[in-house]
Amino acid sequence: MVESAASAIHGAEWTIKELFVYPNEFIYWSIQIVMYPLMTGLVAGAFVLSSLYHVFKQEDLKDIAKFSLIFSFALLFAAPMPLMFHLQQPQRGIQVFFTPHFTSAISAFGIVFFTYYIIVACEIWFVYREFAVKQMKALEGKEGFGNSLLRAIYRVFSLGVHDISEQALHRDHKAVTILAGIGIPVACFLHGYAGFIFGSVKANALWMTPLMPVIFIMSAIVSGIALCILTYIIIMEWQKYRAKSARRAWGMSAEEIGGAEIDVIRKTSKYLVGFMIAAITLELLDLVFRGYTSLKSWDILRSVIYGKDFVNIFILQYTLGNLVPFLMLVIPGLTVRRTAVATMLVLLGVFMMRYNVVIGGQAFSLTFAGYMHYHLPIIPHSIDTYKEGLFGALTIAVMPFVLFYWINKALPTLRYK
Amino acid sequence: MSDNCSRREFFANALKLAAVAAIPVGALKILEPGEAKAAIAKTGVRWGFVVDTHKCIGCGFCVKACKNENEVMYDAPVSRTWVERYVVTKDGEVHADTPNAARDGFTTPKIHGQVIPDSEITKAFFVPKLCNQCENPPCVQVCPVGATYQAPDGVVLVDRTWCIGCGYCIMACPYGVRFFHPQFKVAEKCNFCYHRISQGMKTACVDACPTGARMIGNLKDPNDPVTKIVLNERVGVLKDEYGTKPQVFYLGLDKNVR
Repeated sequence: MVESAASAIHGAEWTIKELFVYPNEFIYWSIQIVMYPLMTGLVAGAFVLSSLYHVFKQEDLKDIAKFSLIFSFALLFAAPMPLMFHLQQPQRGIQVFFTPHFTSAISAFGIVFFTYYIIVACEIWFVYREFAVKQMKALEGKEGFGNSLLRAIYRVFSLGVHDISEQALHRDHKAVTILAGIGIPVACFLHGYAGFIFGSVKANALWMTPLMPVIFIMSAIVSGIALCILTYIIIMEWQKYRAKSARRAWGMSAEEIGGAEIDVIRKTSKYLVGFMIAAITLELLDLVFRGYTSLKSWDILRSVIYGKDFVNIFILQYTLGNLVPFLMLVIPGLTVRRTAVATMLVLLGVFMMRYNVVIGGQAFSLTFAGYMHYHLPIIPHSIDTYKEGLFGALTIAVMPFVLFYWINKALPTLRYK
Repeated sequence: MSDNCSRREFFANALKLAAVAAIPVGALKILEPGEAKAAIAKTGVRWGFVVDTHKCIGCGFCVKACKNENEVMYDAPVSRTWVERYVVTKDGEVHADTPNAARDGFTTPKIHGQVIPDSEITKAFFVPKLCNQCENPPCVQVCPVGATYQAPDGVVLVDRTWCIGCGYCIMACPYGVRFFHPQFKVAEKCNFCYHRISQGMKTACVDACPTGARMIGNLKDPNDPVTKIVLNERVGVLKDEYGTKPQVFYLGLDKNVR
């Protein structure tokens, strides 16, 4: 009876208490709340990357811009899923849209998320309309179920606007520029508000800082760019590999496909390094400020940051996730392989940053005299341990890639030379 | 499909759109005049609580009574109210615990597996905890759907049919009084036994306390014993620095109380 009652408590499954902790304290926000800012961060970052081309006319990003736009869209669908996994009453999640309580940071979710969703969807429409109309016309009269299905998809996608005259396309481009321009602040807001959710919790000594939204935005852009570069490399290299092994895939030779282009990667990684510097500077500023002002909570925070979470924060996040990839990216003679490893490490760094904020913020008790240790459930033995365990997190992590795979079938994002 | 849209079609479509857009408005509730008046009326009641830590003996009867009264599973490690034990030693160390929320009282002198010799102890005392029914409740502020709200008499309540279970209120409370109800899977907290106090009764914990360490009363009534203590005695509140304006007042609050 004691066992069953204890396991019925949300959080008791993965929380181990040490010393003086209030009875109701558990790690209520677990791995899915780590995944949530990670996902929205990737959305925002991918979108900002595509906007660098569309708005600021960074021609060197042209190839990756389309790709990151579509990827952002796929990520956008997956972004609210961690919340659904986390909610105790997921069937009521929709109430955030219908009865928003505007003093809550979370209530902004409905408005910001949908605004953003509409902007990205519209932008994709303007970017791909020409392509869809051309495909539709090319597929005309072709037989077979696949062809007619694709044609139907393009027909619906074009929304009946089949004018692809020079003038019409010019107008499309203009619309893309405007939408991408509006999109940047909205993307920042989407993620800034995620940072605000944490930064405004005055009860939590680690979270509460006005820097939190800005830190979140910077690390979001870092993670988004890193994921776009990495996925770009993987896709291009995979095509090259397939072409090599199959000699002629889609009638193209390996040389024609060419793999990932180092020029694209070098230029994109410059932006990555820039945003990394901003993110790390802010994070360190926050840390230094906490130590210098040493408020009441500093004693316990210090014991968590420099003691219990030392490996997570200083080894995994700052060294492996920031310093090492930073050096890898700035040392001259950047190669595709080195970039791939560096971006993976950057993603690890951003994940660890989210983890150290969300879980680290609950590693100490409100009493400032006790600790809570988080044990990620690996093998699920109940709905809760699946949803808020390793496999739940993996489900979320895989989701955008699956979505991207299917969207990419209809709206190809990468040109093969 | 014709590329041209006549004015007639345009208006017809606009009307349809407006009709669809109006559906969510249907979700709003229209109040009866009486209900509206009740919603905005100022009541003559503001519930407040006094805890006299000098009187608390750490028996845990209040925790037991609360669990039974409010259907919080008896064996679950969570509770709407709990009692903390503080032992301060000569070297200034503070040893504190609340085993199983002190549901069974404090049955062993061991604190976190350590027995503190009597000769080392300079002071020791118990501190009962419960929801502070803050005047400026952060939990109400952060609820994304308005499922938790402050009643006109100051008590913070949770609508179990509307809570989505995000846990933001639990995170926002500096006192750790909130948790997820093991059975209903929604946010749960002490509500001063609202079902009892609104019927003229005392809370279950007040009734169960053998020493009178807990008192509930109407802070707007100057003749209420609770109000008299708050006005005339030197009382303290917990974690004043968060600006929550707690309405549970403590007599004999020690600086070591967390």
